[in-house]
Amino acid sequence: MAGAANYQKYKSDGSRLGDLTEWVDARFPLTSTWRAHLSEYYAPKNFNFWYYFGSLAFLVLVLQLVTGIFLTMHYKPDASLNSAGVPVAFAAVEYIMRDVPWGWLIRYLHSTGASAFFIAVYLHMFRALLYGSYRKPRELIWIFGVFIYLCLMAEAFAGYLLPWGQMSYWGAQVIINLFSAIPLIGPELTVWIRGDYVVGDATLNRMFSFHVVAIPLVLIGIVAVHVAALHEVGSNNPDGIEIKKKKDERGIPLDGIPFHPYYTVKDIFGVMVFLIFFSIIVFFAPELGGYFLEFNNFIPADPLVTPQHIAPVWYFTPFYSILRANTVNFFWVDAKLWGVIFMGLGVMAFFFLPWLDRSPVKSIRYRGPLYKGALAIFVVAFLILGYLGMLPPTPGRTIVAQVCTVLYFLFFLLMPIYSRLDRCTPEPERVRWK
Amino acid sequence: MSIDEELDCGRRRLLVATAAAGGVATVATVVPFVASMAPSERAKAAGAPVEVDIGKLGPGQMMVAEWRGKPVWIVHRTPEMIAGLRRIEDRVADPESRRDMQPKYAKNPHRSIKPELLVVVGICTHLGCSPTEKLKPGAESGVEADWPGGFLCPCHGSTFDLAGRVYKNKPAPDNLEVPPHMYLSDSRIVIGSDKKAV
Repeated sequence: MAGAANYQKYKSDGSRLGDLTEWVDARFPLTSTWRAHLSEYYAPKNFNFWYYFGSLAFLVLVLQLVTGIFLTMHYKPDASLNSAGVPVAFAAVEYIMRDVPWGWLIRYLHSTGASAFFIAVYLHMFRALLYGSYRKPRELIWIFGVFIYLCLMAEAFAGYLLPWGQMSYWGAQVIINLFSAIPLIGPELTVWIRGDYVVGDATLNRMFSFHVVAIPLVLIGIVAVHVAALHEVGSNNPDGIEIKKKKDERGIPLDGIPFHPYYTVKDIFGVMVFLIFFSIIVFFAPELGGYFLEFNNFIPADPLVTPQHIAPVWYFTPFYSILRANTVNFFWVDAKLWGVIFMGLGVMAFFFLPWLDRSPVKSIRYRGPLYKGALAIFVVAFLILGYLGMLPPTPGRTIVAQVCTVLYFLFFLLMPIYSRLDRCTPEPERVRWK
Repeated sequence: MSIDEELDCGRRRLLVATAAAGGVATVATVVPFVASMAPSERAKAAGAPVEVDIGKLGPGQMMVAEWRGKPVWIVHRTPEMIAGLRRIEDRVADPESRRDMQPKYAKNPHRSIKPELLVVVGICTHLGCSPTEKLKPGAESGVEADWPGGFLCPCHGSTFDLAGRVYKNKPAPDNLEVPPHMYLSDSRIVIGSDKKAV
């Protein structure tokens, strides 16, 4: 891009706007950036439904940043009790909901946005599994993406503590205590993370700092890197074939169309449909039956009583189930540490996907029954784990969770074998319309 | 500098030494930031012992006191409850309290100073939830049919008996912690200190 910058500089057509653009272009890479990333970024022409979720995730990121800025104007991260005996932080959220003009809307946009972010990201990741978007040469795009996912989990966790309700408190207690399972340094590490011997005011303040400053900065940075890597190698597509292999005489991929206006228009359509569903939830069911906002979080944090039924918000429940599924001590390591290890591995496994997959083709369209079956089992196991993670544990459910945990990991562990053995069909030369 | 020019080893050494010193200084700068996240002096100073009146706690009843921001349970066990502790020794992971989860004076079959009065920190040793009391035996407590009475952690399903001993093959690795405590009189106890004041 740097080499092309001079060549791509705008030459004024003599109009006022043209003169201004030329003036800017001599001082800042405006036109070349616009061209490189939008008007002359050639994306495959066969994008389908699954390709909406990247732009939607970006939209939700912007939504969360904007609503978050306005919530921060009224929120107070303070665990001390006010004159009415209610924690100040908890009261601040009620104040936003009841007394701040339009505060209820801004807060519901933010709380619904959190779930929408995970829905978009999970579907975006599933798209990658469908069409092999993580395969060479897109390994780094995928790895940056998994980092975004990790960041998002940290951001969601820190944000969930802020309302200082019962679920906030006990959720943080459980997640921070995960680190106590680490041998030797574990207990000291948890005290350092909390800044106190129990989850308290110090914990609330630092989570506020992480949630509104540290993690968003990192998140924006990785998103920029994720997109930069994507625009370097170009987008994958539902056929999983490289459009750059077939170019016209000007060097433009035959199956590529400029991102703007073609995909900006397509994505704006996606945004409209998304906003319809999003608005329905924000205006008519912001709690979504306890799935988006848990009912126990409408009770102020009480360090002495854990709610009868505690579960994380839905987007964490698959990993929470994996944590709970470890109930046996073996190899001199107790079940608690195994739970933490497997939960960590459950997320980390995604990093290795580009090298576990040995299939000659990328897209599920040309893969054989083995990968299709494995992916189906993986998705079902993931959904069951997520469902069980919302329910209280019983011996029967624990066994189901253990089976699903094994299936979850087998998807990754056996991938080098089944992806190679699979009966794939040949990829086409050019992308197909389907 | 052109390629055929002689490499000035003295300057190169100075460069490496400067980079190394700069690196050390950068790493050292991390220390105050990391240290600032540790508990403050105020947080360390908090956590004085608390005095609790247990005069009204009848047999089979339980009360909760707050010590260092944590719930401490005081359970007045009935003779049947104490007798039941022996019968489930093969079902709990550490029946003899070998692991260091209690002061020496509570390292006994009932894990307490007085056999009838159990004093434990009501925080699950798995991930820190506060278990729910299921003191009544049998399915009445909503646990399994042969439940002898105890505590069920709602978070990950760990179960503890009426001496705070964890059942086998549960996520929690240890028995519930018995805090340092002592009796001032039959009806008053101090939690957080076991050194009798003069």
